[in-house]
Order: sequence, then C-alpha cells, then structure tokens
Amino acid sequence: MDQSKTGTAPAGPARKNFFQTLEIDMRLLGMVGAFILVCLVFNVLTDGRFLTPRNIFNLTIQTVSVAIMATGMVFIIVTRHIDLSVGALLATCSAVMAMTQTSWLPDALGLGLGHPLIPWLSIIVGLLTGIAIGAFQGWLVGYLAIPAFIVTLGGLLVWRNVAWYITSGKTIGPLDETFQKFGGINGTLGNTASWVVGIIALLAALYGLFNARRNKVKHGFPVKPMWAEGVVAAIMAIAILGFVAILNAYEIPTRRLERIFELRGETMPEGFTQSYGIPYSVLLLIALAIGMTILARRTRFGRYIFATGGNPDAAELSGINTRWLTVKIFALMGALCAISAVVASARLTNHSNDIGTLDELRVIAAAVIGGTALAGGVGTIHGAILGALIMQSLQSGMAMVGVDAPLQNIVVGGVLVLAVLIDIIYRKRTGGA
Amino acid sequence: MIMADTNKAAVGEKLVEMRDICISFGGVHAVDHVSVDLHAGEVVGLLGHNGAGKSTLIKILSGAYQADSGDILIRGEKATITNPRDARRYKIETIYQTLALADNLDAASNLFLGRELVTSFGLVDDDAMEAETRKIMSKLNPNFKKFNEPVSALSGGQRQSVAIARAVYFDAQILIMDEPTAALGPHETQMVAELIEQLKAQGIGIFLISHDIHDVMKLCDRASVMKNGQLVGTVDVDDVTDDDLLGMIILGKKPGGANA
Repeated sequence: MDQSKTGTAPAGPARKNFFQTLEIDMRLLGMVGAFILVCLVFNVLTDGRFLTPRNIFNLTIQTVSVAIMATGMVFIIVTRHIDLSVGALLATCSAVMAMTQTSWLPDALGLGLGHPLIPWLSIIVGLLTGIAIGAFQGWLVGYLAIPAFIVTLGGLLVWRNVAWYITSGKTIGPLDETFQKFGGINGTLGNTASWVVGIIALLAALYGLFNARRNKVKHGFPVKPMWAEGVVAAIMAIAILGFVAILNAYEIPTRRLERIFELRGETMPEGFTQSYGIPYSVLLLIALAIGMTILARRTRFGRYIFATGGNPDAAELSGINTRWLTVKIFALMGALCAISAVVASARLTNHSNDIGTLDELRVIAAAVIGGTALAGGVGTIHGAILGALIMQSLQSGMAMVGVDAPLQNIVVGGVLVLAVLIDIIYRKRTGGA
Repeated sequence: MIMADTNKAAVGEKLVEMRDICISFGGVHAVDHVSVDLHAGEVVGLLGHNGAGKSTLIKILSGAYQADSGDILIRGEKATITNPRDARRYKIETIYQTLALADNLDAASNLFLGRELVTSFGLVDDDAMEAETRKIMSKLNPNFKKFNEPVSALSGGQRQSVAIARAVYFDAQILIMDEPTAALGPHETQMVAELIEQLKAQGIGIFLISHDIHDVMKLCDRASVMKNGQLVGTVDVDDVTDDDLLGMIILGKKPGGANA
C-alpha cells in the first residue's frame, strides 16, 4: 500500500478526477500508456506484424528472465543499494545447473542421463548456489559495510568468470527435456488449461477486490463508489482473459504437430489444431510477481525494506536489524537470479558462456523505468515487470523494423535516461518524494 | 488515557539509574563518568549546550549507543541494553529530535514500525493498524486527518504527533523526549506540555532533553546539567532560579558551591 501511495501524492485538496476515484496509480497509468503507445507505433511500422499472437507470445517469453530479476532489484534499489552482478550471477547459476544435469549427477553420482530426478535436483542446486552467493554479497554489504556498488562490481567479474571456469568456456547442452519446459515455447499449458488458469486468476482477483472493500467497510474507512469497483473489475477481466485469448490464439505450426504425432507413432487427424497457451515460464513469472508483491506490501520483511529505504536511521532506531535485512535481500536476489537462470538457459536449450551478459543493465533499467527511485524507499514489483516489458518491446520492435543493432542500443540507452527525467519532473509536479 | 493500566509504577519508585556512564568516540570523551536517575511520575530535564553529551547519554539508554563502562539499572535491576529492541523490552520509548520517521510510509506504518500488528496468517494487518492509529490520534491530535499519505506530506506538528503517538502507544514507563518542542509553534508546544503533565500523572518517568531553560523550569521536577561530557550537577528545579541554571550550563558552576 505504502509504495503505490507515494506515487500518487495528490496536489492539495483538488477535486477527484476519474482516475483518482478509481484509485488507480497515475504513474502506473502513464507506464501502461507508454507501453501501449510503443506497441501501436511498432504495429504500424511493421504493417501489423508486431501485435500478432505469435509476436506477443515471443515478447512475453523473452521478457520473463529479466522481469524475474527486476522484481528482486526493486528491493535492492529501494534499500538504497545496487546489484551489478545479477547477469554474472545468472551465468554462474546456469553453469552450475548445466554441469549438474549433464555431468555431475549422471556421471559422478551415476544417475544416468534422463533420470526423472535430474532436472529438479539441478534446480535445487542452482537455487542454493544463488542464495549462497547472494547472501555472501549481502553479508559483505551489510556487516562489513563495503558499498554494494563495489561488492557487486567485483561480483560481476568474479561470477562471470566462475561460470567460465566451471564450464571451461564451453557451451553445455542439450539440457534435460523436463528442464527445458521452463524456457517458454517448449513448455506451455495448451488451450483448455490456459482458460482454466485465466478464470481462476480472475476469480482470485475479484475476491481480492471484494475482500479489500469488506475490510475497509468493517473498519469504517471510506470506500470508493460501487461503479468504480465495477470499472476496476471490468479492466481486470479484460486484461486477464484477453491475455489468455491472445496466447491461445497462437497455434502450434502444423508441421511441428505432425512431428509430435509421429514421435508417438500416431498420425495426425485432418484439420487438427493445438494452441500453445500460457507458457510455464510466464506462469512462473506471474506467481513470483504475486509472491513478491505480497512480500513487499503485506509482510514485516517488506515493510522493513521500505522503511529502511525511506530512512535507514529510523529503521535502526525502531529496532529493525538492517544488517541482517541486507543479507536477506541480497540472498533473495540470488535466488531470483537462479530462477532466471533456469528460464534463460531452458529457453536457449543449453548453457552458453555469454548467457546473461549485460542483463544487470537491463534489470536495473527495468526497475528504474518501472518507477523505482534510486534515492530509495519507492518502487513497485508490477512497475518493474512493466519496465522489463517496455524495454523488451522496444528492442524486439526495432529488430523487426530492421533498425541496426548499434542504433537499437543507442535508443534503449536514451529511453532509460528519458524515463528517469520524466519521472523526476512528474514527482516535482505532484510534490511526491 | 492512552496507556493501559497494567504494570503501572508506583509514584516515586526509582525507574532508571544510570551509574558512572562513559563513552568516547575516537578519543573524545562524549560522556565522562555521568550518573543520573529518574523516578516514576517525575520529569527530569537534561540541559547543556550542543555537544555537552546529553543526547549521547540518552542514546545509551535508548539502545542506539553502547556505553564503554558504567551500569544501567531499571527498577533497581541491572539491565543490558545493546540495541533499540532491548530498550523497548524495558518499556523505554524515545521521541528523537529528528523524529526518526520513515518519510515514505504512512502514519500507521510508522507508528507500528518494528511492532506491526499481524493477521492470523502472519501478514501485516494494515487496516487494524490504521484503526488503532485513528483511535490514538483522535486523542492526541484531533485535527490529524492524513492517514493514507506518506508522512513526508505532513506538517511539522503532525509529524511530531506521529512520533509522540509511537512513543506513548506501547505502554511506555520510561519516556525520553529529545527536544520535543523544537520544531513546533506555540499552540502545539502547549499541547506537548499538557501531554507531559498527563503522562506524569500516570506514573511515567520522563527524561526531557532541552535547550530551553523556560521549558525546563515549567515542566521538570529536577534538572541535570551537562557540560563537556561531564555532569555539572542535578538540582531540584524549585530550589534554583533561571540564572542558577544558566550559570551551570555556561560556566559549569554548581549553585550550592557559590553559597558554601
């Protein structure tokens, strides 16, 4: 609650406009507007190829890895730290997991390739690696008081090259079949299951709305008018079901389906179609986003993160152990890097030596474009994910239009600076922090 | 009015005794063999120039600093206070001069910071905390209306009332107020003075750090004066004049010494 509120400090007792009545964060609205604008412009420039189900599907799965890490970066930046090592940490986790499933488990432990436990054990090993490295960096920052910038700048070099060392710089693959399902196109829910998930998500969202209103009424707090609740509910329904419909509209190519049937020793019935639906990786991102949002807004851990970011001295004087908090935040970041490593390497179907290169910049940019203030204390999880989506749309859109690679990066860099400038102007106008 | 009546100390009981406290920072004796005490239902003023060591002394009691040597006794028993959490366990609450508010959070989040109310699932219960905050604010500062805005959007007086509410909500027995009226207008200063009287009547002991001799003469029962990290002396406010206190602050001269 607190962080979204800081985004919408109203200027005096002005009468409420339409969006204020809906209690929609104006900054979020601005970002959604920018995102829609980017999509529409590229759709025109590509003669309608940008907003096809296929491209939207690809855009979504390309965003997942950076978006997952961006949710953790929000906590880091909110507490006035920075993590420059996330791309390198992703590489180390990816290397460890690749070696675990292709070499260490099958050979050293004698499980043999294709053993059903291999993907899960690999993921656990990867997670532990990420948590351990993250916690260690957090300890250096929190307890030894080395600036996070330095610790993670060192980490950027160290972990990038630990990954190199572990794999001898070789591409490790192909990865386990089950493991690959987390990558995107190789693991999707299909038509029916996607609709089921979409409807459950919608019901959960509506229940959340209802519950929030009931609690406010119970305590006698002001509530927004019923029609406003209805509009918010309608927006939710359109967004959730629309997203599912688009992903379901992307059908698996006929030739690929024929091959799947051939492998099973069957022949494909005439006119058979099958949708991809929601990829597991996207489901994972959504679950993490909900989890991280609950963590941010509804737990003591989250409250302490924002309090420490707002005023570290006050947090300390309120009895918050800010050093241990720092360790936990960096450990969480490490865990998220490991999860991103699963998604990123599974999408490529192998571990390559340059995996996650420059991801630290994409992740930080996503968080910052998403409204996370480097001064600390302000930031949202959904903002960071939207930031990642905007960045990825720009990059993919320019690639589709045929903009040269150097020009793409120049534009993305410029957009980052511009986004922060707009944010600063917005905050000044609204008198926010 | 605000506090529950449990654990209430009998008036006159000795709540705090700080004995022979020393602390130095980089060779500077910020607090040098200082002893002060505080009884239930009493207001003790701590006076002195900037840098005299009064804030440092009191931060040792509130757990922000740890003394190099010396003892702290709470209700006659030796207490170990190594961090602010320990101090809170001994029912010591502090209103810092800087207010120590997280500007990006709302009043309720600040009031309950470090002691959040949680639901049965262990999640923070914002609605319950807001309801409690509305209750206490209706008594402390009835004009307070901005419950859903970050405290950075509040006026100086409103911010002060959040800090005060935080200190008195949790059933404090020992209250430390560091320059509580420094940022306030005359009306709000009067409100704080009335609050101090009420809290006193409930048997709470208060250390009041102040620059302002008139505040101390008006609100305090006793005054301890510090200069250059050392205690000049502790006097009953009724026995001394403004000039005596000034003499202690500026010259480090005990009034009794002049008569002897």
